Amino acid sequence: MQTDWIWGLAGGLIIGSAAALYLLVNGRIMGASGILGGLVDGTARTVAAERLSFIAGLVAVPVVAAPFLGHDATHLTSNLAVLLISGLLVGVGTRLANGCTSGHGVCGIARFSFRGMVATVFYLLGGGIVVLVFRHLLGLI
Amino acid sequence: MRRNLFAALAGGLFGLGLVVSDMTNTVKVQGWLDVFGAWDPTLAFVLGGAVLPMAVAWVFAGRRDRAVLGTPMPDLPKPVAEPDLVVGSLLFGMGWGFSGLCPGPAMAVLGFGGWQGIVFLLAMIAGMVATPAIRGRMGRPAAA
Repeated sequence: MQTDWIWGLAGGLIIGSAAALYLLVNGRIMGASGILGGLVDGTARTVAAERLSFIAGLVAVPVVAAPFLGHDATHLTSNLAVLLISGLLVGVGTRLANGCTSGHGVCGIARFSFRGMVATVFYLLGGGIVVLVFRHLLGLI
Repeated sequence: MRRNLFAALAGGLFGLGLVVSDMTNTVKVQGWLDVFGAWDPTLAFVLGGAVLPMAVAWVFAGRRDRAVLGTPMPDLPKPVAEPDLVVGSLLFGMGWGFSGLCPGPAMAVLGFGGWQGIVFLLAMIAGMVATPAIRGRMGRPAAA
């Protein structure tokens, strides 16, 4: 749709405001993989309540907002192998790299972080190659 | 208590932004990565829009030692790209392209993404739990 970029920009400004709030008020970097990863591998016990609160907000608001905005279709594949392999890759990759699209991408690029920019180049490269190979060469996704 | 309240507020805003920008829609995300197909530039507007308020926040953060609730501002890592950063980001990107979900949206779709979203989230958590062992096998300690 031609107005998608407006929704994208508006949503982006909201995401950036969330990250700004989390930094300036709570003193934390808003990285989704770090927030969840530290909870599930047990390294974030002392800040578990804060992180669980963050995740509660992240899960609850979309339940209401997505149908309201008509953005409730994820079009996520039903191919079990794709779901499992991609989930594992995202889990391992983000923990090895210590960040994902929110931590390295949004928060890192916003301060011209060298590590954030390196990470962003390589996850865009990885994603682009997989879509090229599995969509255009193999026709699987 | 206030700390948890503001964390929930930040998480809620993050979720709202992901839904408004439709980044919980895997078609849009894979469309952005599909440079040789029907390329969808929306994600660039999302990232650009998100970086603006955060850049302002970093300027304010740099002027003070502590956040509003008293926590010291986070320590920032040295600007060094170790192999784990590069390899991990490549693996993450491949998984991201394969399904169209990254960690934030994976949590945001939990309430409306059906069983597929739950399976992806559980697989992602399994990968996260397994990572310290994988790091150990490669003979490298966890990054700071």
